[in-house]
Amino acid sequence: MKPRVGFFDFTGCEGCQLTILNLAEKLLDVLDLVEVVEFREVQGNCNEDLDIAFVEGSICRPDEEKRLRLIRTRSKKLITLGACADLAGINIAHEEAGGAELAMAVYGSDSKHLQGGQARPVSAIVPIDGRIPGCPVDGQEFLAILHALLLDRPTNLPAFSLCVECKLAELPCTFEQGIVCLGPVVRAGCNALCIEGGDRCRGCRGLVDNPRESSYHRVLETFNLSVDDILEEYRTYNLRIDEE
Amino acid sequence: MKVQVPYLSRIEGHAHLVVDTTAGEVVECQLEVVETPRFFEKLLVGRHYSEVAGLASRICGVCSHSHTLVSLMATERAFGMEVSDQVTSLRRLLMYGEILQSHLLHLYFMAVPDYLGVNSLLAMAQSRRDLVARALRLKKLGSDICEVIGGRPVHPVTTCVGGFHRFPEASELQRLRRHLSKALPDLEQTVELVAGLDWPDFSHQADCLALHDSDGYPQFGDTLISSAGLQVPNSCYREMIREYVVPHSTAKHARINDETYMVGPLARLRQGFHHLSPLAREVADLQGLSPSTNNPYLSQGARLVEVLHCVEQSMHLIDHLLLEGLKYEEPVVTCKAREGVATLEAPRGVLLHAYSYDKEGFLTSADCVIPTAQNLANLEMNLRARVPQIIDEEPDIFQSELEKLVRAYDPCLSCSTHLLTIDRL
Repeated sequence: MKPRVGFFDFTGCEGCQLTILNLAEKLLDVLDLVEVVEFREVQGNCNEDLDIAFVEGSICRPDEEKRLRLIRTRSKKLITLGACADLAGINIAHEEAGGAELAMAVYGSDSKHLQGGQARPVSAIVPIDGRIPGCPVDGQEFLAILHALLLDRPTNLPAFSLCVECKLAELPCTFEQGIVCLGPVVRAGCNALCIEGGDRCRGCRGLVDNPRESSYHRVLETFNLSVDDILEEYRTYNLRIDEE
Repeated sequence: MKVQVPYLSRIEGHAHLVVDTTAGEVVECQLEVVETPRFFEKLLVGRHYSEVAGLASRICGVCSHSHTLVSLMATERAFGMEVSDQVTSLRRLLMYGEILQSHLLHLYFMAVPDYLGVNSLLAMAQSRRDLVARALRLKKLGSDICEVIGGRPVHPVTTCVGGFHRFPEASELQRLRRHLSKALPDLEQTVELVAGLDWPDFSHQADCLALHDSDGYPQFGDTLISSAGLQVPNSCYREMIREYVVPHSTAKHARINDETYMVGPLARLRQGFHHLSPLAREVADLQGLSPSTNNPYLSQGARLVEVLHCVEQSMHLIDHLLLEGLKYEEPVVTCKAREGVATLEAPRGVLLHAYSYDKEGFLTSADCVIPTAQNLANLEMNLRARVPQIIDEEPDIFQSELEKLVRAYDPCLSCSTHLLTIDRL
């Protein structure tokens, strides 16, 4: 019997599910290898046991937490899909401003049912068996990790920083253009797509293991960034750093 | 009879459909939007203009290009910037790409299964491989346009205030052009499939709102036009559109002159009917669509018409860009402490962002009006009108007819909950 796979979404933009659907003919090949039994965006639910569950989005409310725990109990492996599930992503930002006041500001005084709750990564609620980072995820990386899961191999992510890929692609360094970039401390694997597009790295793939933060912060200080500016850089995707 | 559909599938975002009838009377009829609010308008406050569009993009994966572009345009409007024809053409092409990927995803993966009587198109990967392969190929046609222009199919990276960080190569545009013309046989089969579906016979008069686009069919424009004859510049949108909170939804509802209204493909088709491209017009005629069509189920037919329109217009636009030759332009930005309002036609209808900035270029307030939030009140009116017509059907048919009606609006709730008025603190 083919392994049974489900896709689930919580609080997020559903861009990661969309990226999977964009795999086009490669998705058809995937469908030859696995049986997709749940994918709410394009298919109904079944509530049966699963070999692999891919979970997109942050967990914000008690009902989401409950739904996630149920998915965990019926799944042999649970893999996070994208930055919201992996790091709580940009959903964390509204807490900085205070949830209840926010609801009041956006929806006015009839806002009792409009509490956002605290955005948490999936791993804060249930154990996970692997992660696919990115905002959105990279389709090729999804295929590589699915491949590893089906062969029962470890689902390793690149252990070097984005700068390595950027140099290999011979892209000019954003710092040399006077633009601050998170590349030196962020995990590679995106082929420096944003930098190639003329933008900078905002850290959607999370920090690399053991980032050399102190030397990176010294570089940022030469760009006249204050401690607050540096923390702000890390905040967009909720990257955890030592606040000293 | 009470019908409850928790976590309605094949829509973008999370909602429960609840319909309660007693002795043929509708007691309750609601689409309960349970998407967690994300308060995007507040997240944008305090951000530098160079970060705002990238964050706004994350409101919605399916409409990430629409949110990015309308955000950039609102900022440009605030700073009093004009962009070149080349930039406008490339942005238009990016929008065609997004509408294509959104409409084709919806038609094949969300709408068609209802009419073929299956739970999912993915489940047909073996039995109808040709159909599933075609659906995925066509969807990729749209995402390829987005990738070439925006740098990525979801959440673009090349776009910036004033234009683009990176412009596409001529060879990439030529490749897109070839893909578009090669897709014609697939499109023909799509027309055969969708135009052949048996839409429920139902009509419900409602006001329709779309943008006036001086270049033809509604896409970009600064004037909101309603089918009831109202015409308002987008900067005065608050005079026209009233948004309000309802207890059963984390998405706001909206009304014009106290009446519900519709935005999206059918509203655009009604207003821009005479500006449709030749193939699109042919497909509209084939399905009997006209400027007075008022069957909301036929939004699906209008979506099909727009697919043809976007394909044809994309080909013309690429030819035009190649003929003119692509030139790199360095965006020059001067911050101003002012307000700016911008509108565009996203796949699901009129999308508006209104910002104000301080003189250093940091955002001080944001307000966003989202297509699905505008449609929700009208959708509930449609559901109420539809229920008595099908009340005697078997429960599963009753439920499926109502689900079809919800999906005809292609509701995108991950967007619509995140938004709306900010009472300035």
